Amino acid sequence: MASGVTDTKVATSTEQGDALSRVLTVVVGKKEPIISLLVVLAIWQTLSFFLPKYFFPSITTIVASFAEVVTTPELIGDTVITISRIFLGLLLAFITGALVGILMGFSRLVEKYVLPVLHFIMGIPALSWVVFAIIWFSHVEMRIAFILLAGCLPNYALIIHDGIKGIPKEYYDMLRAMRPSRGQLFQKLILPGVLPSVLTSWKVNLGLATRVVIVAELVGATQGIGKKLLLAQELFRMSQAIAWTLILVVFLLLTQAILLLLEHRLLRWRPAKEGGMG
Amino acid sequence: MSGSAAVVAMTNVRRVYTSVDGDRFVAIEDLSLEVGEGEIVAIVGKTGCGKSTTFNLLLGLEAPTYGSIKVLGKDPYGDFDYFRSKFGVVFQTDRLLPWRTALQNATLGLEVLGYLESQQKEIARYWLEKLELGGFEEAYPHELSGGMRQRVAIARAFSMSPEILFADEAFGHLDQSTAKRLREVFLNLVAETKKTCLLITHNIHEAIEVGSRLIVLGKPSRVLYDVRTPVGVSRAQAADLEDRILTIIEANEVVQV
Ligand SMILES: Nc1ncnc2c1ncn2[C@@H]1O[C@H](COP(=O)(O)OP(=O)(O)OP(=O)(O)O)[C@@H](O)[C@H]1O
Ligand SMILES: [Mg+2]
Repeated sequence: MASGVTDTKVATSTEQGDALSRVLTVVVGKKEPIISLLVVLAIWQTLSFFLPKYFFPSITTIVASFAEVVTTPELIGDTVITISRIFLGLLLAFITGALVGILMGFSRLVEKYVLPVLHFIMGIPALSWVVFAIIWFSHVEMRIAFILLAGCLPNYALIIHDGIKGIPKEYYDMLRAMRPSRGQLFQKLILPGVLPSVLTSWKVNLGLATRVVIVAELVGATQGIGKKLLLAQELFRMSQAIAWTLILVVFLLLTQAILLLLEHRLLRWRPAKEGGMG
Repeated sequence: MSGSAAVVAMTNVRRVYTSVDGDRFVAIEDLSLEVGEGEIVAIVGKTGCGKSTTFNLLLGLEAPTYGSIKVLGKDPYGDFDYFRSKFGVVFQTDRLLPWRTALQNATLGLEVLGYLESQQKEIARYWLEKLELGGFEEAYPHELSGGMRQRVAIARAFSMSPEILFADEAFGHLDQSTAKRLREVFLNLVAETKKTCLLITHNIHEAIEVGSRLIVLGKPSRVLYDVRTPVGVSRAQAADLEDRILTIIEANEVVQV
């Protein structure tokens, strides 16, 4: 009997939840993350009642700061600078990393020598690269480019190497029996074969690069979101710090969403892992 | 089957694999055989006796350790590019590229040949249609059954009109009735297009029915027995031959004809 009672309770609460979730689904896609977010915001707001404002500014202050940050002309400048640093650095790391990954995939010799080096480099914390970069380079952009290259190249190379190794030999033989040119082999087998790995590598590295660039900007940059965060810290403006952080989070979520969308389109040949709309 | 007309000629071919530790493994010991134009040759032999390796050598995917291989009068490994679109291969597993639809898989060989896109599609559609896959052109491999996938692989092999067809246990992993139907479809196409065809199978009964000739390989590969299998042998004759072949495979000794 007891279970029957709880069942009906659950039923009504989900019915109520349904209306809300339908609205939310229309706006953002899924209800669970929104609910989690609301809970966090509620906790934050509660804390802001009891703790000093400069530690936990109220939500309204944050929103005001965010609005301020978003409407200042600096926003565009600093955000664009940080994002371009991320993308240019990643592009550089991707091109070189893909090259290294492909070379390792096709030459045992290169693989034998380079693979252990890459694994070693992967063990170096990103922060160490920041320190090295400061010592080695005086130019800020050089430092940032170097840090991104050092932090992300091994990642790209390893994931793409894995992807190439993962293409079954059976496919090579099947295609080679037709006698394709090198270009055709690359275009028809290797490229589509490593595409899933390429997408994965971007997903991994975008997060990494965003974190690393901010740290790099904290030391020596005159512009960029990292610099703005530093300023907020020096002026003890918590709401500003949060506002700039939010911009970063939005950027990261947006790029991840774009990557997911790309993955959906490009990898639609893959069997669905889950049935239905879940 | 005279020397010059031979489509496939292997002479004293040996293939030894050397492992990383330096261990040597003889996959093919001393294989000599000739296949003439238009012949349909069934190849049987114990598992691991080097049948697939023989195909790999004939396809030029690897080189023999010793001996000479001529296909259409040329060396498939040395004159690699000469063989563009000459081979139609149906492998044991379908080997369809998972990111391509049935149609795109069937056009693969034609793309390599540089056909216009409209022609590729037209030809591939024709072959898919012939293999009763009309309506499934846009399906991805994971959406098709094993039998359908193998039919796409057959369409892929025929669509570039190869000179020689290779089938390596192509119907082995399918259920019996599907395998029987597909085998018939495949052989009808072979007969219709008058291609030379080499066909590996584990099913001795199938080997007798299928070809114009049957070759028994020993382990490691060498020809143990080479016999003509005309169409229309009686059931009793076929059963006799089947027994005989089983004994030969077991004994693993060369039979003088
Ligand atoms: N690349 C390779 N390196 C080392 N050994 C190999 C290699 N390819 C094949 N072999 C060995 O050669 C032998 C013959 O292999 P093959 O695949 O040709 O046999 P098969 O007759 O096709 O067998 P099955 O009927 O099971 O398909 C096997 O023992 C296999 O382990
Ligand atoms: Mg085999």
